[in-house]
Amino acid sequence: MAKTRVSTRKAFSVIIWRDLMLSIRHPSEIINPLLFFIMVIILYPFAVGSDAKLLMEISTGVVWVAALLASMLSLDSIFKEDFADGTLEEMILSAHPTSILVLAKVFAHWLLTALPLIILAPILAVMLGMHDDGIVVLLLTLLIGTPVLSLIGAIGVALTVSLRGGGVILSLLILPLYIPVLIFGSGAVNNAILGLDVQGQIYMLAALFVLALFFAPLAIAAALKISLS
Amino acid sequence: MSIYIIDKKIMIKATWSFIQKFSSPPHFYRISGKMQPWFMAIFIGTLIYGLIGGLYLAPTDYQQGDSFRIIYVHVPAAWMSMFIYMVMAFCAAVALIWRIKLADIVLISSAPIGAMFTAIALATGSIWGKPMWGTWWVWDARLTAELILLFLYLGIFALYNAVEDKRTGSRFVSILVLVGVVNIPIIHYSVEWWATLHQGPTVTKFDKPSIHIDMLIPLLVMAISFKCYYITTMFSRARTELLERESNAKWVTKLLVPTKAD
Repeated sequence: MAKTRVSTRKAFSVIIWRDLMLSIRHPSEIINPLLFFIMVIILYPFAVGSDAKLLMEISTGVVWVAALLASMLSLDSIFKEDFADGTLEEMILSAHPTSILVLAKVFAHWLLTALPLIILAPILAVMLGMHDDGIVVLLLTLLIGTPVLSLIGAIGVALTVSLRGGGVILSLLILPLYIPVLIFGSGAVNNAILGLDVQGQIYMLAALFVLALFFAPLAIAAALKISLS
Repeated sequence: MSIYIIDKKIMIKATWSFIQKFSSPPHFYRISGKMQPWFMAIFIGTLIYGLIGGLYLAPTDYQQGDSFRIIYVHVPAAWMSMFIYMVMAFCAAVALIWRIKLADIVLISSAPIGAMFTAIALATGSIWGKPMWGTWWVWDARLTAELILLFLYLGIFALYNAVEDKRTGSRFVSILVLVGVVNIPIIHYSVEWWATLHQGPTVTKFDKPSIHIDMLIPLLVMAISFKCYYITTMFSRARTELLERESNAKWVTKLLVPTKAD
């Protein structure tokens, strides 16, 4: 067979495309976390009562926590099958930097799981009675915050993918690390609802995103290499 | 200039060979065994002095009365909780970069002690909070950050215990600890800003400790005492762990199996 050199950029897009195609053929993996997201939010009115004012007050927290849990729940699928069938091994053995390939996988995963969630979030926010200003900021913070969740979460998955019953451990590992994103994300939305300045929190969230974008792929690659050794 | 460079090279070489020698398992086992009783003695001595000084000799606080005395356990424990995490992060970096076995072992032996100190800091803080703030728990920045630290420690256990091969487990844990150490300042500041946004009925008393010298000395003595306790216990755990992991090595057999004479 002739040796063909594929550029890293090409490999990056090939992986994204492959993951998107795989998910479209197994759509339940995208839909289930979304249903979970909706269900968690629906539980709140039952738990705290249908008082519109109360629901409005807690709407930010409810949407953010539900988004966080849903994104955590969907994480497992990011490396699991590729780990089981050996694709991951091939990726690590390839000539391209593992961190870049891993970033492609995380990006594809974000497109598949977080993006639908962001699209759905305003509808649920309206159902909880959130203000319009809040909804705009909610969309913005989710847009910046969910990639951070995916990146941090992928580190956790990379650490636990080779373990039996890794799911519970995964949540124990990554939920503490999710807290800053939750604080700045929901803080910005709360400020927006109160009519306060939101720039500070958005900038912090963006800073977390840049930080995670740089460091997380390195950690993911290192963890995957240990998982496969 | 060139002399300086040579000097530096020799220095590095000497340091490196010292590190390698000290970090070789049998050497560490022997040295730590010799050092342990000394640390134990310092621990007990400073503990007695610190407790008497803190609980009996130190003057009563004009505002908080005698209940401030829990500071002598609470503050050193809180310091240790962070100090041990930093030690673990350092070990994690060393273990991942230079593959030094001992760093793995120190890291994993430190984790339970760090978790215990975190739990003590939280529990004593809560007990102190009841008479001072009128509530067991406030979602204050420091309290919340410390609670998250506890969960980071627990996550380390969970991960380590879930992996069958201990060496792989240690390497996983090293990565997790390093990710956590990046996150600790972020968590710390985010929680602080978050809590100042919705300021609760909290009075953070430690920010500028204008503390009397008679109160300060026992506190520092207690801090030394806790450090020595950490070193003593960490040595015990590390030595046991070392024997377990190296159970096939010659030096362990030589050490533990009685010679043919008896």
